[in-house]
Amino acid sequence: MPSVWNSGLSGELSPATAKAALGKPDRQALTSAATAHRRRRIRVWAIRVALVVAWLGSWEAAATYWIDPFYYSKPSAVWSKLVDWFTVGTSQGSIWEQISVTMQEAVGGFVLGAVAGVVLGILLGRSRLLSDICAPFIKAANAIPRIVLASLFVIWFGLEMSSKIATAFVLVFFAVFFNAFQGAREVDRNLVNNARILGASQAQVLWTIVVPSATSWILASLHSAFGFALIGAVVGEFTGADKGLGLLINHAQGTFDAAGIYAGMIVITVIALLAEWLLTALEGRLLKWRPPAAGAEAQI
Amino acid sequence: MADDVIELRGATKRFRSTSGGIHTAVHDLTMTVAANEFVAVVGPTGCGKSTTLSLVSGLEPPSEGEVLVAGSPVRGIPDGVGYMFQNDAVLPWRSVLDNVAAGPRYRGESRAAARAKARTWVERVGLAGFEGYYPHQLSGGMRKRVALAQTLVNEPSILLMDEPFSALDVQTRALMQDELLRLWSGTGAAVVFVTHDLEEAIALADRVIVMTASPATIKGSFPVPLSRPRDVEELRLSTEFLEIYREIWESLREEVEKARKGNASRAA
Repeated sequence: MPSVWNSGLSGELSPATAKAALGKPDRQALTSAATAHRRRRIRVWAIRVALVVAWLGSWEAAATYWIDPFYYSKPSAVWSKLVDWFTVGTSQGSIWEQISVTMQEAVGGFVLGAVAGVVLGILLGRSRLLSDICAPFIKAANAIPRIVLASLFVIWFGLEMSSKIATAFVLVFFAVFFNAFQGAREVDRNLVNNARILGASQAQVLWTIVVPSATSWILASLHSAFGFALIGAVVGEFTGADKGLGLLINHAQGTFDAAGIYAGMIVITVIALLAEWLLTALEGRLLKWRPPAAGAEAQI
Repeated sequence: MADDVIELRGATKRFRSTSGGIHTAVHDLTMTVAANEFVAVVGPTGCGKSTTLSLVSGLEPPSEGEVLVAGSPVRGIPDGVGYMFQNDAVLPWRSVLDNVAAGPRYRGESRAAARAKARTWVERVGLAGFEGYYPHQLSGGMRKRVALAQTLVNEPSILLMDEPFSALDVQTRALMQDELLRLWSGTGAAVVFVTHDLEEAIALADRVIVMTASPATIKGSFPVPLSRPRDVEELRLSTEFLEIYREIWESLREEVEKARKGNASRAA
């Protein structure tokens, strides 16, 4: 931070002076720090790869010479299953169709659940009366093992997508709702009072103070919520469906195809990781005002 | 007086305390502040000075008595009131410029007009060049400047300040006091400046009001006949300053001791 206070009053302050020319030793220190950083990254990755190779190699060896691959399968079998799925197709048709169906269900449930969770969470977080009235019902609803609702939804909505979207919705809703509620509740009173003095109406306080304050809480919950949405979609498909990755896994279970179960797991994991990456990028954009986490600054 | 912009008549504020009893924050306050007058309110820590400001600002209604701003009783937040809080109230997710533009935006000005206004105030408080920075990238003193600009951009006719500089280091604080006097002079605004620092009170104000230990009420009002413009750091060394300080301290000391005893017995 440039020390501006001893430079006098108005007009003389310039942030540009902060970056006053770096001396030569500084530049050298920077390059050597960059090299050290790069070396460290290479080492971390090398160890990660080694761990994966050791794990898969020992599994493969054990399944070949020692344990029964019929129950435990082995990496090479899982790999050829994946190759088979993506080149030839699955027992239920094209793999891309299964992925697309599951994604539509998960994303549909995620979006609906997140919107409902945010709106109701903020509403109840800001209204003492509403939250007092609703508290026992919400606690009870949250205590229900919601995954069981998937069976009910199949009866209500049939084997189509809507029953899976409903399952994903209930899982996502509560995850987001509680965070939005807490976020709206913990808004700094000081900020609200300040905004009111500056002339903000109730609606303006909500939009410019409460919603942004709750955003970091809400975004944190969205990470786990997308995982829940996938779980909801897959479990829904497990319970009864005519398409989707859950059905694929269910089918593999029915035919004692351990490799198929692993392959389905891997596809779902990759989807979840991609979604996580997207959400992190979104979070970075929305929360660029936040100070960097402690320790993020590299030591030289 | 005709130009009294703030008037409290027997204002009392009670809160329900956490232990279930009733806590009287301020008791039977009667005081007036005229336009263009700078009044400092001093008292022992935690005596209810801040409550006085929230009564005037309309954030809290009085339990008893009357609060008038510009001649009419306070219902809700009166027009023309600016309030600088003890803790930072700048919005962490907005840049310096948009923080300062918040007031005009809330009052219905277009984004461009609000930003243009904000830009001149950012310059006036000495933050030119920092418009795009976020609060976490600024020092404590700079955040205070943002808060000051945010309050002043609405051109308040009544400026309420609740120990605004108490979290700053001594040098920054003196600088901010000078800045405040510079920005205030000529605006005609009435200022009520709450502080526990008597030196600060005398350096800034035309009149110092001493409050008693809790429940707070007004103990005395002392005029500060020091000429303006003032240089707060130079002022502190002058003999007149020390004389005034001694006189007011006589009155304040008793209350500070009382408050200390109260705290000690509560702690025991």
